[in-house]
Amino acid sequence: MIDRPAVIAAALLATALVAAPLRAATLELLNASYDPTRELWRDINAAFIPRYEKQSGTALSIKQSHGGSGTQARAVIDGLEADVVTLALWPDTDAIRKAGQIAAGWEKRLPNDSLPYTSTIVFVVRKGNPKGIKDWPDIVKPGLEIVTPNPKTSGNGKLSFLAAWGSVTQRGGSEADALEFVKKLYEHVPVLDLGARGSTTTFVQKKIGDVHLAWENEAHLEVQEAGGEVEIVNPPISFLAEPPVTWVDANVKRKGTEAAAKAYLEFLYTDEGQEIIARNFYRPINAAVRQKHAADFPDLRLFPVTAIAKSWDDAYDKFFGDGKLFDSFYKPKP
Amino acid sequence: MATDVNRRVLPGFSLSLGYTLLYMSLLVAIPLAAGFLKASHLSLPEFWAAVASERALAAYLLTVGASLASAVINVVVGVLVAWVLVRYAFPLKGLLDSLVDLPFALPTAVAGLVYSDLFVARGWYGRFLVPLGIQGAYSRLGIVLVLVFIGFPFVVRTLQPVLEGLDKDVEEAAACLGANRLQTALRVIFPSILPAVVTGFALAFARSLGEYGSVVFVSGNMPFRTEIAPVLIVARLEEFAYTEATAIAVVLLMISFVTLFAINLLERWSKRHHG
Repeated sequence: MIDRPAVIAAALLATALVAAPLRAATLELLNASYDPTRELWRDINAAFIPRYEKQSGTALSIKQSHGGSGTQARAVIDGLEADVVTLALWPDTDAIRKAGQIAAGWEKRLPNDSLPYTSTIVFVVRKGNPKGIKDWPDIVKPGLEIVTPNPKTSGNGKLSFLAAWGSVTQRGGSEADALEFVKKLYEHVPVLDLGARGSTTTFVQKKIGDVHLAWENEAHLEVQEAGGEVEIVNPPISFLAEPPVTWVDANVKRKGTEAAAKAYLEFLYTDEGQEIIARNFYRPINAAVRQKHAADFPDLRLFPVTAIAKSWDDAYDKFFGDGKLFDSFYKPKP
Repeated sequence: MATDVNRRVLPGFSLSLGYTLLYMSLLVAIPLAAGFLKASHLSLPEFWAAVASERALAAYLLTVGASLASAVINVVVGVLVAWVLVRYAFPLKGLLDSLVDLPFALPTAVAGLVYSDLFVARGWYGRFLVPLGIQGAYSRLGIVLVLVFIGFPFVVRTLQPVLEGLDKDVEEAAACLGANRLQTALRVIFPSILPAVVTGFALAFARSLGEYGSVVFVSGNMPFRTEIAPVLIVARLEEFAYTEATAIAVVLLMISFVTLFAINLLERWSKRHHG
């Protein structure tokens, strides 16, 4: 009779011996990102991994985690061991800094204030643009329905709001005019989805609404997916979305992945990285690459958050804080 | 040995009770206590401001109201379905019977998506209902409908064994003693299934109070109209206001606890009087 426990123990030991050196040699990065970036990071990872492995001689695997930008930030704060965070909005990344897991002054650690790409909010309309929507004032015409997610729960929702607000104040309107405009705008919103993809489903699958205020890159995917049922309209003015990237100091120090994480994010700034970014419909910062894809990125007048508020924190508080501007639009029904 | 008065018929009482208490503490009591602890970081006025805004009150009212409505509908439909499944034999009965459990297994978000798809103006139902002014998606009605779906199996599955255990002789005796069919149903059958009906109602109601996944997809989340309390929690979390979010959660917890406790009392009462 063979001693069964001994055999099992030997098998386990053998597995451990074989697996141990393999595991030690494979570096693993976790990238916590927001929802619509799946396609972008799939392409970036596929390009970066072989390059890094050749340069460093270390096997590398990159795992992705996607979700709402704020949800992801909370997950990292609560212990998700992300090496890099590539979130939609500056305040979400900075919340991790406030929790002590990212070093102060993180924006300055990578070129262009840690912004390898930018994006914006554009209009998606039904085929042939039957309602003749060209500019922000057109979307609040009587009878039109607007689809955009809830600014309280979605990055896309916040950016839509800020874009609408700035479309008034950046063209000479007063804050009172802007308030009136956004208030009117949300009266035309029949459904407040909680996230960007929810709104896309509402607009494309359920065919609700005449115009969808979407991330520029989402808009391109939406057009592809809807097979010609919808098309993009670029408003003359919109918000400059700046999704920052950085590494999470607390996690990379503990896991010994700092160099790899840094190389990973620096790759985004190379010509190859910028090209992948442009192909996924994010606006590259490299002028030459941008020029090459000029057809995808028409010149819009894009204004940053500082044009409409003192800072991101100020904008959050002023517009989206509990009981603040956005909340004031909704009154109890008698 | 004869003096060992604590000795029970079944062995292993202390061990099994120990495990029960350990599980209940680790999985239920401690997480709940953590919630209360977190919320207790707020001063009383802060707590009140976080949980008692007009908007939050509207949300609690909607959650409780829609849960009640759906539980009532489920009791009516559930009794009927359970009766049919127990009392009659017909083809494909087994299939129908297993369909009842589907809401248990289906991710509730799927239910929400499917319902909203069906009831929007271009959906299969919506194209007939919306012209009549019946909005089954992005409305309070939509919330009730999806909660009916979620809570449905609770009533049926609670009633089935009771109906199966019901002795036909009793009904026959009632008939022999001159009761007509309505009298038999109301005075013989109904009292004996009442405790099970109350239990089913309670389970369906409690399940609906906590439902989130399906409701957010079908409600449209409009403040003061179709916004449920868990959406407020998500909104507060987005602002990294953990404590305020927990405060709302604590209020929901209290509502659930009080209603469950009340229903438990009702159940005991009905068992004592009718069981």
